[in-house]
Amino acid sequence: MGTLFTVFLKEVLDNFRDRRTLGSALLMGPIFGPVLFAFVINLSIERSFESAESTLELPVIGQEHAPNLVSFLHSQNIDAIDGPEDTAAAMEAVKAGTHDVVLVIPAEFGEQLAAMVPARVELVSDQANSDAERDARRARNALRAYQQLLTGTRVVARGINPRALQPINIDEVDVSTPSGRSAMLLGMMSYFFVFAALMGGMYLAIDTTAGERERGSLEPLLSLPVTRDQLIYGKIAATCLFMTLSLMLSLTAFYFSLKFMPLEQLGMTPNFGPDVVLAALAIFLPFILVGAALMTLVASFTKSYREAQTWLSVVLIAPTMPILIVSILTLRPRTEFMFVPSLSQHLLLVDMVKNEPINGLHVAISVTSTLLIGVVLTWVCARLYRREGLLG
Amino acid sequence: MITVDNIHKSFGKVHAVRGVSFDAPDGKITGLLGPNGAGKSTTLRVLYTVLKPDSGSASIDGANVVTDSLAARKRIGALPHGAGLYPHLTARENIAYFARLCGVDKSEIDDRVDQIVKLLEIADFAERRTKGFSQGQRTKVSLARSLVHNPQNVILDEPSNGLDVMATRSLRELILKLKDDGRCVLFSSHVMQEVAALCDDICIIAHGRVAIDDSIDGIRERTGCDDIEDAFVKAIHRVEPD
Repeated sequence: MGTLFTVFLKEVLDNFRDRRTLGSALLMGPIFGPVLFAFVINLSIERSFESAESTLELPVIGQEHAPNLVSFLHSQNIDAIDGPEDTAAAMEAVKAGTHDVVLVIPAEFGEQLAAMVPARVELVSDQANSDAERDARRARNALRAYQQLLTGTRVVARGINPRALQPINIDEVDVSTPSGRSAMLLGMMSYFFVFAALMGGMYLAIDTTAGERERGSLEPLLSLPVTRDQLIYGKIAATCLFMTLSLMLSLTAFYFSLKFMPLEQLGMTPNFGPDVVLAALAIFLPFILVGAALMTLVASFTKSYREAQTWLSVVLIAPTMPILIVSILTLRPRTEFMFVPSLSQHLLLVDMVKNEPINGLHVAISVTSTLLIGVVLTWVCARLYRREGLLG
Repeated sequence: MITVDNIHKSFGKVHAVRGVSFDAPDGKITGLLGPNGAGKSTTLRVLYTVLKPDSGSASIDGANVVTDSLAARKRIGALPHGAGLYPHLTARENIAYFARLCGVDKSEIDDRVDQIVKLLEIADFAERRTKGFSQGQRTKVSLARSLVHNPQNVILDEPSNGLDVMATRSLRELILKLKDDGRCVLFSSHVMQEVAALCDDICIIAHGRVAIDDSIDGIRERTGCDDIEDAFVKAIHRVEPD
């Protein structure tokens, strides 16, 4: 135990002294995620509100042919402005990006309306441009609303109840709660937690084998009167410590950055208070051992530090795969999922963020099976550390 | 006391060591001499237990390097070829880490480190992190690290590699001092002059076999060469490549 602790302390000191790796492990991993997350969410919220509230300036060709339509558009918060000369010029302008959408009202619009034939208008837009498409949709919806208004007037003039035109009334009942809606978006947090934890221990995991070998310090170390088990367990323990630090930083960073996100505006109230943060830490802790052992295991097969880095970037992705698949298929938590490390943690976290009751059995299975897999992987690492081929 | 009895070691198709035997007694300096690729490092690696021999046996003070490797390691201080340091630790921390792992009592560690720092003239750079150390400084610290627990048997793999004249000289003095203390010193080299100046016994190996194992005078006599370099070359040619 003394030896294990000596190795542990030395690795911790060594890693803390290494500013560059410490920077990437303890800053990039945990802080980068929440900051990026906050930025993206803020941006999307701002944009969705901006476009709904602001006045859309819509270039309209032939405004003089439909004064009623223009004033209707104005009531819909759309201002008609002078546009290009004609349809051809409008198409050019949309293609070039000077205008996102242009409305063309032909001269015969009034006549056609009076003659009760469908009156033609042209809406010029680039449907491949999703940004412009939002403005086009607003213009299209406004035109539809105008059409409905006219339909109503015509039907009433013929003594028909306009409700006859609406045989079905669809009433949507949304059972999602504000916390539930948050879960879809905030389920993404699991990626960042898994990622941050792995990043935090990556350097040490590589250093245990490939790093020590490359530096030439492995052979002197192995010639000391200690067992190799003590060496590797001490190193994995240090790796776990840095992974835990990184995870804690990531959780804290998320806790604070969520406060700055106007999530209520999206109808979300994530349940991510200090108690959930602590519970998430507890639930993710067993995963730390799996991650540390897995990274050490993969790194032990590589010939150099650089090669180890390449392989470990694959390992970084591996635990996020089950999360991704379940998210895409929107599968509900099932008992058998709880046997899979990273996935079980993700599902439990989502439940907590949704403020749904946590299934005790699920927690027990997640913790036990993840820990067990971690212990087995650690044991395999130790077996491999006894190989002669370790020296490369 | 190190005993090597007919050890063999192959790496895939390469038969690196094919039956090496010799003794390195206490209070004597034994040189393992041979050209590059002769099997010196492999033999020494078997002795400090990072490699297992395919056959044959070796023991340190009676402790078998395979069946009782932990006990064997307790009796040795090893300086592997091209040994590296931890760049973020100071020279002193590097030495103290090994002392702790070797089970040196906590209360004694500082004293021991001080002693070895003084002995190897490391004091000037002892408190500096080892990143950027010269080859000579690194070798000195590595050597200090492997001697800090006062091992009875000292195994050095090409310790003079990359050392300047002054450093080589102090290394030589250190080895002689270890001998006077009654330790068993075994070191490898490919420089005949260096070995001749220091060793009581010389074991010349080539192509993984022992060519000759004798004192310097014995080797001169048996090869019929007065010049030690000639004697070395002649001895090597006594072993056929296969």
